[in-house]
Amino acid sequence: MATEAAHGHDQQWLVHHQYEDYEQQSESYIVGMWAFLVTEIMFFGALFLAYVLYRWQYQPEFYLIHKDLDWVMGGINTTVLLFSSLAVALAVRCAMLQDRKGVLGWLTVTQLCAAGFLVIKYFEWSHKYHKGVWLGEGFKWGEGVTKYAQDVSANTAQLFYSLYYCMTGLHGFHVVIGIIVIGILMRMWFKNNPLVTKDYVPTELVGLYWHFVDLVWIFLYPLFYLMPR
Amino acid sequence: MASDSTHLSHNHHVQPVGMYMKVFGALVVLMVATIAVAQVEALKEYSLLNNFIAMGIAVTKATLVVLFFMGVKFSSALTKIFVLLGFSWFFMLFFMFCDYFTRSWEPVPGWTGTSQETAMPRENRWSEGFDRLK
Amino acid sequence: MSAVDIRTEEAPRHAPQPSYLQNGHTIKSWLLTGDHKRIAILYLISTGFFFFLGSIAAGAIRWQLTSPRGELMTLEVYNKMFSAHGVIMVFMFLVPTIPAVLGNFLVPIMIGARDLAFPRLNLASWYMYMVGGVLILVAMAMGGVDTGWTFYTPYSSIYSSSQVSLTLVGAFIVGFSSIFTGLNFIVTIHKMRAPGMTWDRLPLYIWSHYATSIIIILATPVVAITLLCVVLERAFRIGIFSPELGGDPVLFQHLFWFYSHPAVYIMVLPGMGIISELMSAFSRKPVFGYKFIAGSSLAIAAIGFLVWGHHMFVSSQSMYQGLVFSLLSFVVAVPSAIKVFNWTATMWKGSVRLQTPMIYALCFMGLFVVGGLTGLYLSTLATDVHLTATYFVVAHFHYVMVGGTILAYLGGLHFWWPKMTGRMYPDSWGKLSAIIIFVGFNLTFFPQFILGFLGMPRRYATYALAPQFQFYHILSTAGATVLGIGFLIPLFYLSWSLKHGPKAGKNPWGAKGLEWTVDSPPITTNFYETPIVDRPVYDYDPEEEERQFQIELDAEREMREKLAATRGGQD
Ligand code: HEM
Ligand SMILES: [Cu+2]
Repeated sequence: MATEAAHGHDQQWLVHHQYEDYEQQSESYIVGMWAFLVTEIMFFGALFLAYVLYRWQYQPEFYLIHKDLDWVMGGINTTVLLFSSLAVALAVRCAMLQDRKGVLGWLTVTQLCAAGFLVIKYFEWSHKYHKGVWLGEGFKWGEGVTKYAQDVSANTAQLFYSLYYCMTGLHGFHVVIGIIVIGILMRMWFKNNPLVTKDYVPTELVGLYWHFVDLVWIFLYPLFYLMPR
Repeated sequence: MASDSTHLSHNHHVQPVGMYMKVFGALVVLMVATIAVAQVEALKEYSLLNNFIAMGIAVTKATLVVLFFMGVKFSSALTKIFVLLGFSWFFMLFFMFCDYFTRSWEPVPGWTGTSQETAMPRENRWSEGFDRLK
Repeated sequence: MSAVDIRTEEAPRHAPQPSYLQNGHTIKSWLLTGDHKRIAILYLISTGFFFFLGSIAAGAIRWQLTSPRGELMTLEVYNKMFSAHGVIMVFMFLVPTIPAVLGNFLVPIMIGARDLAFPRLNLASWYMYMVGGVLILVAMAMGGVDTGWTFYTPYSSIYSSSQVSLTLVGAFIVGFSSIFTGLNFIVTIHKMRAPGMTWDRLPLYIWSHYATSIIIILATPVVAITLLCVVLERAFRIGIFSPELGGDPVLFQHLFWFYSHPAVYIMVLPGMGIISELMSAFSRKPVFGYKFIAGSSLAIAAIGFLVWGHHMFVSSQSMYQGLVFSLLSFVVAVPSAIKVFNWTATMWKGSVRLQTPMIYALCFMGLFVVGGLTGLYLSTLATDVHLTATYFVVAHFHYVMVGGTILAYLGGLHFWWPKMTGRMYPDSWGKLSAIIIFVGFNLTFFPQFILGFLGMPRRYATYALAPQFQFYHILSTAGATVLGIGFLIPLFYLSWSLKHGPKAGKNPWGAKGLEWTVDSPPITTNFYETPIVDRPVYDYDPEEEERQFQIELDAEREMREKLAATRGGQD
């Protein structure tokens, strides 16, 4: 307590009863978030492993199939996500400076990017859906598929698309969760809730999560959209 | 406000906006670089090299995000350890490949069974190229 | 008695606060609690309930096997029965029980914290556990699963028409409950230690929970996504494990065991932590080789990740990797052995008091050694080809999971019961139940080693072609009955003690450790003020303890002689 007073800002009221002081609490939250992200890495990890295995087994086929994906769309999405990551980083910076307008502004940018990402994803997926390139018994391969990709057997194509839908789907799910969490955070900032305005940690935690979502995409993009032969 | 922010900056390592912009710039440049590499016809034949370049760039991008956007560079040693643990343990999964890489070594010399066609064919696909497609 | 003294001594400084049990009596105050001790009690009851369900399934299995033709159930029902047994016991009992009950209760107290770092996450973990558990039960009510607890593809993904998806979703959710617990422990142990509680003063119990939590957060997500992929494969025919589309069903086994071998250490490491505490407390000696035991927990956590393939020697995995896995499995047995030797050395020249928890600990030692050593038989490639998928494996893992985890759990429960409830239970009943469990257990599972060696396959409902096995099966079923009785006895006297047991006081065993300096049962914030740790862990003075022990023994002998004399007089 004494040191807190000397520092001239009293955040003791923010501290939950199990913690001694603010420093301990915020360190715990951040380490906790990282421990959670470690589980997330392993969670996606298994899928990346499956991807590497089948890519290695079916490299020539996968190369041909991947031409059916539109690398321009993927590239736009990558840019969008990278930019959203920048926006979140700046929002967290504003939160540290207790700049409410800045936080709300940058988080709005993030939300727009996230929504844009999902819209583009929606176009990609629905385009595939209409061609019949969809999971399930009715998987259709041939008509409407890019020229070279047609040569590959439907089964291998379905394996490729299993990975594609699982991985981008799981990633998309994380984007949706991110939108919800950022929405809640924005509401708290909007209402001037002292839990976020006086304490930058919650904003930082959400930021960490969002950067992780970006990280996953950084790998998904070259792996799916930019394959070498 | 002013005194508050200096105090906070002392505590929480507020970085200059310029740093974030530079990192973002680097990320975009790297993204353009991956795309560019993937389009170069001459490089396409060298899939191994190409994979290394693509993954190298992705790892660089990820490192930038982790260090600067996520602020790991400025955080406690404990956080750093967790980050390292998470990303390194991921590679533990790839121990699995000892299985897939060595399946094609069977049957061993002197083994008098026939090699069966299993669900996962046992030959190493790297060498095969496109022959199998037709 | 001593408790009263200390209380009066403290009275001027702190107004006494109600214990965590007294602090709120409504159902809501339990169901919405953030108190780690109350959540531990919630877990105690719910894991106990699932243990009971799993045991019923086990009873049905044993009953079926008393006759070679198995008249009790159809083959289908039998498959569902052993699957129910495995799923419930592994996911709903063995994995969560020690961390979520005793760990939840003790980790904060032992390191001098008021609560875990994230109380709400802790409560969420219990709710996830319950939701997952209910889903699994619903799946069973709707017909159950018949895949075994291992859910091997392609049977689980393509062929089985039982309730695989629902069960998998349940297991997936329970996995997250376990992740939450692990995450909470890691942060708590790193950030919430009291002043002076340095890493080399942490009780070994904390070390083992730390290692366990690391395994939990690194391994559980992998199985979670794997199970999810099987669900998706059933729903959408995605091909990751499907040979039809060029996928590899063995990949499922790889990913499954990538979790499930480390998971056996999730089950047994916390138990080993308990044993370290018991050995020291009831020998009144510092644990021998503290650093080695702590380090071996971390070594187990690390190497335990590199041996999963020993479950897959005959699965068509490359035999070259089989060799590597076999070798590493031998390596992983070393840290376990280090622990066993160090516990033995802890007892050496100690003042060993054979009270109930210690009896459990000794039973653990015997059974765990058998379980661990037979693990080495199974990690030997050539013997495993003969023994895999037989009752030998069944006996092996029951020796480590029942003889290891469950006995350690019971030992810990008896050790900390006075702390949790404030009451003592009758020690003689406790010893009796421990011995009945030990005898019943060996009678149940030792014959299974022989059965397995003779070739009785696991998961078979009948053995009509080999009626000579019946003798061993009947022995085993008889043992299971004894074992069941042994498990029921503590239920009775422990519940009895809640109302009628004598008050325990702060430190009924004369043990060291922060948890024995707080009230029994503790107040909601555990400590009246943050403790400052200024002495090493297990701070026993063996010589002083020895003198004390002699005095106690002399007094006891005198008492006995007097009693004998008065009896003689009466004759
Ligand atoms: C001392 C080190 C250990 C070694 C070397 C070892 C080795 C093995 C091996 C090789 C198998 C596979 C047998 C087969 O399916 O053919 C096995 C099965 C098993 N072990 Fe262990 N084990 C050890 C300790 C443990 C511990 C501590 C536990 C649990 C607390 C455990 C639980 C299991 C289980 C549950 C299975 C059977 C899984 C199944 O197929 O359903 N083991 N063990
Ligand atoms: Cu194992």
